Amino acid sequence: MALHSAQKGKLISVIGDEDTCVGFLLGGVGEINKNRHPNFMVVDKNTAVSEIEETFKRFVKRDDIDIILINQNIAEIIRHVVDSHNSPIPAILEIPSKDHPYDSSKDSILRRAKGMFNPEDIL
Amino acid sequence: MSSKDRLPIFPSRGAQMLMKARLKGAQKGHSLLKKKADALQMRFRMILSKIIETKTLMGDVMKEAAFSLAEAKFTTGDFNQVVLQNVTKAQLKIRTKKDNVAGVTLPVFEWYQDGTDNYELAGLARGGQQLAKLKKNYQSAIKLLVELASLQTSFVTLDEVIKITNRRVNAIEHVIIPKIENTLAYIISELDEIEREEFYRLKKIQDKKKINKAKVEKAKAELKAAGLLKESNQPANILDEGDEDILF
Repeated sequence: MALHSAQKGKLISVIGDEDTCVGFLLGGVGEINKNRHPNFMVVDKNTAVSEIEETFKRFVKRDDIDIILINQNIAEIIRHVVDSHNSPIPAILEIPSKDHPYDSSKDSILRRAKGMFNPEDIL
Repeated sequence: MSSKDRLPIFPSRGAQMLMKARLKGAQKGHSLLKKKADALQMRFRMILSKIIETKTLMGDVMKEAAFSLAEAKFTTGDFNQVVLQNVTKAQLKIRTKKDNVAGVTLPVFEWYQDGTDNYELAGLARGGQQLAKLKKNYQSAIKLLVELASLQTSFVTLDEVIKITNRRVNAIEHVIIPKIENTLAYIISELDEIEREEFYRLKKIQDKKKINKAKVEKAKAELKAAGLLKESNQPANILDEGDEDILF
């Protein structure tokens, strides 16, 4: 256990629209590392898909990030990249954004779960 | 029985004992693995139902958080850029702990506060209350999301492990155990065969011996009849060993 307490704290990263990012930054997750790389990305309507993909892949590769929060509508744009990530760490969470309500049928984890059981049965 | 569905082994008593031990081992392993798979499955279902519960809860929490953001913006004016530009060090960080389910380590995330609030002075002029509420709402959202993340990670890990365990259970049940059983049957049939052969061989030798004896008897009888062989009916003296007397 001593090893764990000595372990460095990991970060939560955010990919989302401006309001989502601002909210989580106010919550206190934002960090800019020594190379001036932030752990969040603001996506607006002018952001290119390749840029989102690139950032997502970079966040997955960074070993100081354990959780990636991504707006579901953005996850939908880069769905193939999100689905191809299947290692447990970093965990990818799809969150609802301000103007897109949460749709559980699009979530990659829940869709996997549906293959095994019917989630409505469990509730 | 083809040689494909049994182990390549020489049929002997020793091999039979070996196979019996292996069969026992395989059965024990099968039952243990089955138990493990059941335990994992139980945990898995528990986590799944929790995930679904938390995901629905998350929808509500996020809605509330987004609403408080709008509220704060209304009173304070637009502060998006100020917040985005003033990022330095993370205040909420994550620690990973390990949880153990039937020999599978599951990572569990745990958030902790590290350092002070960077936006302490935000909303000092006006809208401070709304901003404080906003921060609180988003922090609770983050806490929920961290919890959800550990559930999700456990889900992915368990999913993988359950698949592997089930594969092993099925392999033992449908490949390894039948193979050992076939080998055992083969060894038993082969040993029986050897025993029958041995029995037959012994019978044959006995027959041969009988015939030889009869022949010798017959020859003796013939000689006796001809008066060539004198009667030696009296039993041999067991004290007379036939060796010479030793004189000192």
